[in-house]
Amino acid sequence: MNIYVLMKRTFDTEEKITISSGKINEDGAEFIINPYDEYAIEEAIQVRDAHGGEVTVVSVGTEEAEKQLRTALAMGADKAVLINTEDDVEEGDQFTTSKILAEFLKDKEVDLIIGGNVAIDGGSGQVGPRVAELLAIPYITTITKLDIEGTTATVVRDVEGDSEVIETSLPLLVTAQQGLNEPRYPSLPGIMKAKKKPLDEIELDDLDLDEDDVEAKTKTIEISLPPKKEAGKVLEGELEDQVKELVGLLHNEAKVV
Amino acid sequence: MARKVLVLGEVREGSLRNVSFEAVAAAKTSAEGGEVVGVLFGDSVSALGAEFIQYGADRVVTVEDEQLKQYTSDGYSQALLAVIDQEDPEGIIFGHTAQGKDLAPRIAAKLESGLISDVTDLEVEGGNLVFTRPIYSGKAFEKKIVTDGLLFATIRPNNIAPLEKDESRTGDVSSLSVEIKNLRQVIKEVVRKATEGVDLSEAKVIVAGGRGVKSEEGFEPLKELADVLGGAVGASRGACDADYCDYSLQIGQTGKVVTPDLYIACGISGAIQHLAGMSNSKIIVAINKDPEANIFKVADYGIVGDLFEVLPLLTKEFKELLVNA
Ligand SMILES: Cc1cc2nc3c(=O)[nH]c(=O)nc-3n(C[C@H](O)[C@H](O)[C@H](O)COP(=O)(O)OP(=O)(O)OC[C@H]3O[C@@H](n4cnc5c(N)ncnc54)[C@H](O)[C@@H]3O)c2cc1C
Ligand SMILES: Cc1cc2nc3c(=O)[nH]c(=O)nc-3n(C[C@H](O)[C@H](O)[C@H](O)COP(=O)(O)OP(=O)(O)OC[C@H]3O[C@@H](n4cnc5c(N)ncnc54)[C@H](O)[C@@H]3O)c2cc1C
Repeated sequence: MNIYVLMKRTFDTEEKITISSGKINEDGAEFIINPYDEYAIEEAIQVRDAHGGEVTVVSVGTEEAEKQLRTALAMGADKAVLINTEDDVEEGDQFTTSKILAEFLKDKEVDLIIGGNVAIDGGSGQVGPRVAELLAIPYITTITKLDIEGTTATVVRDVEGDSEVIETSLPLLVTAQQGLNEPRYPSLPGIMKAKKKPLDEIELDDLDLDEDDVEAKTKTIEISLPPKKEAGKVLEGELEDQVKELVGLLHNEAKVV
Repeated sequence: MARKVLVLGEVREGSLRNVSFEAVAAAKTSAEGGEVVGVLFGDSVSALGAEFIQYGADRVVTVEDEQLKQYTSDGYSQALLAVIDQEDPEGIIFGHTAQGKDLAPRIAAKLESGLISDVTDLEVEGGNLVFTRPIYSGKAFEKKIVTDGLLFATIRPNNIAPLEKDESRTGDVSSLSVEIKNLRQVIKEVVRKATEGVDLSEAKVIVAGGRGVKSEEGFEPLKELADVLGGAVGASRGACDADYCDYSLQIGQTGKVVTPDLYIACGISGAIQHLAGMSNSKIIVAINKDPEANIFKVADYGIVGDLFEVLPLLTKEFKELLVNA
């Protein structure tokens, strides 16, 4: 089975976020594999181990994503591809990323593509379904279970807490929801092996794309931090009085009840 | 600039979801005086058209087919692309719900258009329609504009106020016949877990429990309070991991993102991944026995104490208030 994983390198949102000259300050920040993409990598490895084939992890980004791609290889993926946009495109959006990924994937004879359901930084959840549409293959988002038999896939999809059991066919794109699996940590031998695994780097040119083909359709004009909250009020006194005071505050001051 | 804007309404158990009315309000703003056309799909939905119009749509187009009774990406995209073909809109607004998140990017890819997802606010600023959306799990916000083509956005439930319902508003409800065929996804079974009671993402009040709730039974006092307030029960991952409740209740970075008017956190320490899912709530109340718990940093009001003592008192007090109101 020919399996591809879409992986985004993301800002670890556990980090404190600051803004300098209109941009999120990335100096010294920790970068990680988007947590949902870890589920995607794990699932791809499990499907390969059960059905045979090969797992290729692909990321659109800059050279810095090599580190996360190596981690994916150390987890057990077979190959990695970095589509390096650094020299070609300055501003992009989800249209840009999806178009690049689809151009890369279109002649790869994929059986299965797994992505995360959302990136914790950009947070749009667009890239998976967009790529599937561009490749004209079915997709199922936010999955918590995947079973493959021949060319039939049975998938459990999380729909705002309910689950749908859906039957569909390969080639297929799915996006991972929490609960799909428990991503493994790279083992020491895994890390050693990863150093020898292929990590290819390509550019837009190699995909016969130029900058105009992938020009963003939207633009960010301002980034800001949420308004600082006033320090809250911790109530004091007898518990019964605190409860009475709280109900009064919620009713009369905050007017939410 | 006046433009025609489509709004895809979302039907759940025979009625329109609240987020659909919020989407109409967003569409009205986006239309800048142009026409707002409501769109409804299902096996029998035209009766809902009138209400959609009372909330601000100018007219409604329906596509009715047995195969549209349940959402599938193939069925709904065939129907929507047919409506888009007929109406030739300059804008489209959906709710950022499971359905909207699944369908909107596909339609955007098909139309080669941009899409601004998970919008919490929009306004006209200096001749541009400017969309605000959270990024970095709610720790920052960005303002975005469309630079090329269709104005397409999904809006986060509970953030944009719906217009007031006007029962005297009327408009045309027409149906479009579309051949729905070759669905590649077949829904075999739906297991309902979450939707007894109020939907978390649309709830105005959420009472959430963490590891401090200590057991499945420990959630009872939370349920009682939620019932009195007409709200929903949520949870931290700590509570889900400990099997006190189902993962469908999880709020946070890897769970649901919620923005109710009132969020009552009980026995939740306030880990950063939890805050990512609820810190934009209008009012936050924390009940925790540890005065140093991080949750107090984001809370508007806090009670330091044992949740099992506080909650019954709180429920009783609210009951009295609401009976007298
Ligand atoms: C050339 C270029 C320039 C850019 N410039 C800007 C800019 O100026 N400002 C700005 O805000 N953003 C910029 N971006 C980032 C872009 O806007 C989005 O962050 C990106 O398209 C992903 O969207 P998202 O974060 O909403 O991910 P989502 O759609 O939420 O991601 C869902 C899933 O899609 C897959 N995926 C997402 N991104 C990638 C990727 N890069 N590679 C592989 N798989 C992926 C992953 O599986 C992920 O879990 C640029 C991107 C590119 C390619
Ligand atoms: C990648 C990643 C993603 C994550 N995503 C999420 C997510 O989406 N959502 C999420 O919630 N977490 C998430 N987490 C986990 C998060 O880091 C915390 O571990 C979790 O939120 C802790 O849950 P808790 O507050 O219920 O438990 P604890 O941190 O154990 O806190 C329990 C609290 O209860 C209080 N308490 C105990 N008994 C009582 C009592 N009788 N009365 C009152 N108070 C009492 C204690 O003082 C304590 O503050 C994620 C973690 C990672 C690494």
